[in-house]
Amino acid sequence: MTLRQAQGDKMGKIKIMQKKYKNPFEHLLNPGHTACPGCGQLIAARHVINACGKDTIIANATGCLEVTTSKHPTSSWKVPWIHSLFENPSAVGTGILAALKSKGLDKKVKVLVQGGDGSTFDIGFGLISGMWERGDNILYVCYDTEVYSNTGYQASGATPHDAFTRTSWPGKKSLGNILYKKNMLEIALAHRVPYVATTTSGYIEDIKRKVKKAWEIKGPKFIHILTPCVPGWGINDNQAIEVGKLAQKTGFFPVVEFVNGELVNAMKVPQDKPKVEEYLKQHIRFKHLFKDPRGKEEIAVLQKICDENIRKYNLK
Amino acid sequence: MAEIVHRIKPAVVSAYPITPQTHIVEDLAKMKAEGLADFEYINTESEFAAASVVLGASATGVRTYTATSSQGLLLMTEVLFNIAGLRLPVVITCANRAVSSPINIWNDQQDSVTIRDAGWIQLYGETNQEVIDLHILGFKLAESLMLPVMVNMDGFALTHTYEPVEIPEESLIKKFLPAYVPPKDTILDVNNPRSLGTFATPDRYMEIRQELFEDVAAAKKEIVKLNSEFKKVFGRGLGDNGLVEQYKTKDASIILVAMGSVCGTIKEVIDGLRDKGQKVGLLKIISFRPFPDDEIGAILNKAKYIGVIDKSISIGTEGVLASDLKRACFGKIKAPVKSFVVGLGGRDVTEKMIVDIFEMAKGKNNGTQFVGK
Repeated sequence: MTLRQAQGDKMGKIKIMQKKYKNPFEHLLNPGHTACPGCGQLIAARHVINACGKDTIIANATGCLEVTTSKHPTSSWKVPWIHSLFENPSAVGTGILAALKSKGLDKKVKVLVQGGDGSTFDIGFGLISGMWERGDNILYVCYDTEVYSNTGYQASGATPHDAFTRTSWPGKKSLGNILYKKNMLEIALAHRVPYVATTTSGYIEDIKRKVKKAWEIKGPKFIHILTPCVPGWGINDNQAIEVGKLAQKTGFFPVVEFVNGELVNAMKVPQDKPKVEEYLKQHIRFKHLFKDPRGKEEIAVLQKICDENIRKYNLK
Repeated sequence: MAEIVHRIKPAVVSAYPITPQTHIVEDLAKMKAEGLADFEYINTESEFAAASVVLGASATGVRTYTATSSQGLLLMTEVLFNIAGLRLPVVITCANRAVSSPINIWNDQQDSVTIRDAGWIQLYGETNQEVIDLHILGFKLAESLMLPVMVNMDGFALTHTYEPVEIPEESLIKKFLPAYVPPKDTILDVNNPRSLGTFATPDRYMEIRQELFEDVAAAKKEIVKLNSEFKKVFGRGLGDNGLVEQYKTKDASIILVAMGSVCGTIKEVIDGLRDKGQKVGLLKIISFRPFPDDEIGAILNKAKYIGVIDKSISIGTEGVLASDLKRACFGKIKAPVKSFVVGLGGRDVTEKMIVDIFEMAKGKNNGTQFVGK
């Protein structure tokens, strides 16, 4: 049987199924995908594309979001969507925009590029810099799980200091990741990206607002969303929202908004802000810090990072 | 080159500079700056990005073009496989150049032959006229089969050589190559949302690859067909049938097989040797992918000696074209096929070397022979 025949058969069956079981949701990213229950990234991604609207074309990096939503010959996407490679969605996005320009459609159709932290912080980093330099009117969304989730939780450039990953094990000579998370926010600002914002899966309304705000601004836009990874972080499948909030409340992940390089919004930490331990305790990836006698000192280092974020981004 | 690309009217051009491709994209950028061209011209930060830009544009349903060379082509490799798998009709010019290390900016064909398995149609021109014509044919071929096409021209030997050429008028080109109409269901269109580049599990992947294999192999027929159409419109064709060109092979007892600009030198030598009564000929390969297996077998079966001239090597085996030729001719011809490697890293290929190779083709050495002096 050729692929074309197989595809024909399968598509026929799917159409019948659609008739029989009317899709209960009307999102642009639909159920039926194969992400883990309670995935922070999929929650965020659904709201991002809904806020962008149906006149949007997506260029998606390789990663969990791609692999869980596009098993051939099915797709969860109700907008035109392309996946090329791990490191190139930003350049693919530039190409889409150029084609739209040549068709006279660039004012009507939006281009959304999305990738995980591996694609954004590491392997696709140079191409993102190129896209920002070109000044393309593209929204780039990074879904940051702080780990290579799709390949089974290895350290990326976004992995926090001290976190346990499959390539940053705690042991006799290590307390987890010896490196520090890259500051993508400031890297974007250094490119003079006119709209730069961060948020987390804990704040759905904030995600929606920021996506809409981004589209009011012409030029490159970057939204960095911390999206808890249930198995990668070792949290429960009902915790993505709560942990996403706690990351902000502790100052561990600052939620801010910059327009033309100016800090215009910063989500304040509560008066009685929780200590970083409260955040760390939720994760298996930081468990070793509480067992190992050397952990105390490291927790203090992480608390210092939180305090520094609070001071730097005026989160109090 | 820039002029013919301009007349072919791509909608999006994206490139990154590399010797000896640079002047092609410089001139395209200049045309854009002077308001002479309608295409979107995108400078990128690497060849990897340039290939990705044309991928994205092509997937959005417009005609696209890029050009590169050597390291640039190798840097693009991952994207090139992807473009073919996505069945996008991108056309690329490869200004053939040696591959590092040692770093060397001069001509050989190691770059393009190295990515022969990427799923692209690969065509090689002997002269600048042929290269121009191959671009017109290449775009038509790409768009009719939804397959990417790479047109190869030897760096410096062609890219930096002045030759009189006829660049057809836009109206004539349009007659052969009308505006690109993309297939409706496989492009990025908000009115007809589709997912492209989805992932295939083991129960699907193999058939998709098989389909690509079969379609590239079947492209031979389309090349032959388009070549006769091309002849009707432009009054000249590419070789005998768009796939190969025979030069004095009919009664030849020794036939050399080669591709690219070296064929010009070989033809000169053949003329000289023929004057001296030697029955020698040349089989020029234009279409390296798909490889014209049957055509080649039929041409070579009467020759007594066959020598294949490569400007590349598959290290650990022999010349790349030589291997392909042996495979294509297996069981079809009796003559021994010998592998000769010439011109690596821009070493001049002289008439004397070709004369020597005609002699060596009759010899007993069956190993790969490097002819550099």
